[in-house]
Amino acid sequence: MTQSIVVQVGQCGNQVGCRFWDLALREHSSINKKGIYDDALSSFFRNVDTRAGDEDCSGLSGKKIQSLKARAVLIDMEEGVVNEMLKGPLGELFDSKQFITDVSGSGNNWAVGHKVYGSTYREQIVECLRKAAEQCDCLQCFFLIHSMGGGTGSGLGTLVLNILKDEFPEVYRIVTSVYPSAEDDVITSPYNSVLAMRELTEYADCVLPIENQALVDIANKIKLMSHSGKVGAIKQETAIISGQGGVSVQEKPFDAMNNIVANLLLSLTSSARFEGSLNMDLNEITMNLVPFPRLHYLVSSLTPLYTLADVNIPSRRLDQMFSDAFSKDHQLIHANPKHGLYLACALMVRGNVQVSDLRRNIERLKPSLSFVSWNQEGWKTGLCSIPPVGHSHSLLALANNTCVKPTFMELKERFMKLYKKKAHLHHYLDVDGMEQECFTEAVSSLSSLIQEYDQLDATKRLIMEDAPRLNIAV
Amino acid sequence: MSIVTVQLGQCGNQIGQELFDVISKDCHNAQGQSNKTETEAYRACSQERFFSEDHGKDTPSARAVLVDMEPKVISQAIATAAKSGIWKYGEQSFFCQKQGSGNNWANGFCVHGPRHERDIMNLVRRQVEKCDRLSGFFTMMSLAGGTGSGLGTYMTQCLRDTYPHSFILNQVTWPYGTGEVIVQNYNSVLTLSHLYQSSDAILVHENDTVHKICAQLMNIKQISFKDVNKVIAHQLGSVLQPVCTSDGTAEYKRNPLGDLMETMVCHPEFKLLGLRNIPQMSDTALAYSAFTWPGLLKHLRQMLIAHAKMEEGIDWQVRPPLPGLPAVEKFTGNKESRFNTSLSNLLILRGKDVQSADQGAFADPALYTSWRPPGSSITTWRTPIAFNRYEKLATLVSNSQLLLKPLDSIVGRAWNMFASRAYVHQYIKYGISEGDFLDSFTALEQVISSYSNL
Repeated sequence: MTQSIVVQVGQCGNQVGCRFWDLALREHSSINKKGIYDDALSSFFRNVDTRAGDEDCSGLSGKKIQSLKARAVLIDMEEGVVNEMLKGPLGELFDSKQFITDVSGSGNNWAVGHKVYGSTYREQIVECLRKAAEQCDCLQCFFLIHSMGGGTGSGLGTLVLNILKDEFPEVYRIVTSVYPSAEDDVITSPYNSVLAMRELTEYADCVLPIENQALVDIANKIKLMSHSGKVGAIKQETAIISGQGGVSVQEKPFDAMNNIVANLLLSLTSSARFEGSLNMDLNEITMNLVPFPRLHYLVSSLTPLYTLADVNIPSRRLDQMFSDAFSKDHQLIHANPKHGLYLACALMVRGNVQVSDLRRNIERLKPSLSFVSWNQEGWKTGLCSIPPVGHSHSLLALANNTCVKPTFMELKERFMKLYKKKAHLHHYLDVDGMEQECFTEAVSSLSSLIQEYDQLDATKRLIMEDAPRLNIAV
Repeated sequence: MSIVTVQLGQCGNQIGQELFDVISKDCHNAQGQSNKTETEAYRACSQERFFSEDHGKDTPSARAVLVDMEPKVISQAIATAAKSGIWKYGEQSFFCQKQGSGNNWANGFCVHGPRHERDIMNLVRRQVEKCDRLSGFFTMMSLAGGTGSGLGTYMTQCLRDTYPHSFILNQVTWPYGTGEVIVQNYNSVLTLSHLYQSSDAILVHENDTVHKICAQLMNIKQISFKDVNKVIAHQLGSVLQPVCTSDGTAEYKRNPLGDLMETMVCHPEFKLLGLRNIPQMSDTALAYSAFTWPGLLKHLRQMLIAHAKMEEGIDWQVRPPLPGLPAVEKFTGNKESRFNTSLSNLLILRGKDVQSADQGAFADPALYTSWRPPGSSITTWRTPIAFNRYEKLATLVSNSQLLLKPLDSIVGRAWNMFASRAYVHQYIKYGISEGDFLDSFTALEQVISSYSNL
């Protein structure tokens, strides 16, 4: 069994991370009734005997759970969020060696996070990551959680990505990036996002872009549903925005949205943690979904959003789950995969679903989707037998689709609007090591990325002929 | 003689477990049919072939080595076997690592293969040493994934190098046309082209076909991988369980793999074997059905010549070309040319009144390519012992154009993808070059061309 380490950077990263750990505990405790430390738990948690002076007994799988510690590194340049988490019920999951904080914040400035804090804390970050890695028996993946708009998450977060690539080249780097809404209150967020984008394009194995506004819309939809009472009551703990059943009692303002991201990560790793009839390990994600190294942005969607309390589920609901995964309302960014061109698509199914259900739904949905000419059968599937808490089945769809392009174009536009007037530029250029070139290079990296998607999009309506086959002399 | 089985990857391990299950249950069921000596001979032969017994006090252990790069599937297979109470896997006869090959053939072949060769070959050697006489190796793997296909190919080469005089039969599971692994066509092309050099014969099961069998013949509503694997195991069992030669002596064949190769693979350019069996149905339907040998063989023959993959939707219009005329309608992909030309066929008949069954319909020279000497292309093996609760069962192993179309489609899709160089960087990372890809494509185009020109 392999292990993964979560690296949460900045305010957003830590808030999402906090929800992730809560829901991960909830998931494992609902399956693991006996309190035995098993392989599934070991992928995100260590088992530590605190009385024996923090002695690690992770290697002793099958023993009773002593005290669980998260395989995590927490980084923030303010203390607020991290401190709050340590004081809360999740505090026991972490020890002081696992976090790196400062007091003054990055002031929404990518350069401060990346260059200033980057050079100050580099050694400490490397040390912290190495420590976490040493506690793993077979480290497979780093999950970086951060936001693109601020200073710490985007600046220092992408520096961490650099460090990971240098220090652990063999370990996969999957990044969950929260993109700012168009009406973001941080005025420099386009700068920060575009500067960060370049790093993501160069150094991540794959990126799951998530848009704040899309999360808000999904959260509102569920709330509306549960208040309308039309269809019958929703089982509260099954809604993907709900943290019910976790250890955190109070709900904080962003919790609903952050729970969605936490559920995304749980579903993404479910097949690597639990058994199933068609396993899909984490290293299969990039192998199947990334045909060209730079085009590694995957649009994700989670369905169902909730389960109704009424247990007489008509069988149509299962097919509905598959249909919903391709509708634009369920995507975690504002994008419509049906209008884009698929390079590849993965369906990660959990719960009571068989291969025949998968095949039927792929056949049914295929006509409404367009795939790139050389990957007409570009489907990857995984079947994990353990469903999320309270559900009978669930689906995570990952799409490498050109429909991410509009998000990037919009970002570029907002960047150019500021950049043409050189607005706020001096805040960045004042920082040591920050040159004007960082901006030009970042924007040209983004432009060429958009162009690559353009070229693929252009093939969409064309009828591509098969490549002429090799001839064999008879 | 004994066969050492090597199960590789998730698919190979799941099917392997089902295969040993069906074999040991079949041996149990064999009791009470026919006369006692006959049954005893059958059971003893099967036991020697697939199981080793430590001093006769224990449940027999399968002569198998389980290999995967990831522990979940193997531990499940071992536990399921132990639960059956009638057979088990050897205690130390498995090898697993912590991290899978990630669907990457190159990772399995170039990295995991060389790294773990010694450990795995040691396990194989220990199984070989337990055999009084070794017939050869039977490996099970999928074409789609990374461990089964990549590591499986590497281990087949190792077996060939270490045991140059033993036979190697590779069972490969052909992926669904869509929706399993995106890089499955690359992995399949790399696997098949390499296996063609080190394997004696490649026995193919297509997931799409077996899935259809489950849906249409077995009437299973919600089909799981377990159902698919059970059908594959049933078909494999019907080939590998003991059977007598046709010349009337009630002696069970001693060298199952050698005899299979001798009858089926007459030329190294033609190694792809397909399987058809009849009847195939759910247990409940089986209880209410009765069959005659002429009826079964008539259907089976038409399935063979009309490219039908199961006993449903057979095209009865297809006829062998008239003798004397050259078979003009070669494989071109159009609908007219649906006649399937064979190189050699093996008919395995099991069950009641088996001596009365007549293979005559399969002996027609028009069924075979012109350069085969008449009479040498069809072989029949029989046993009066019924297999797996089927009162009568006919299995056809065929070296023919049956697999031409699926092969052509896999190579075509992979070639299309290769033309845009998609995913190639993932293979290069582990040490496969574009040149290696080209070599594999060339090798398979050669195979396609050979089969087309039968």
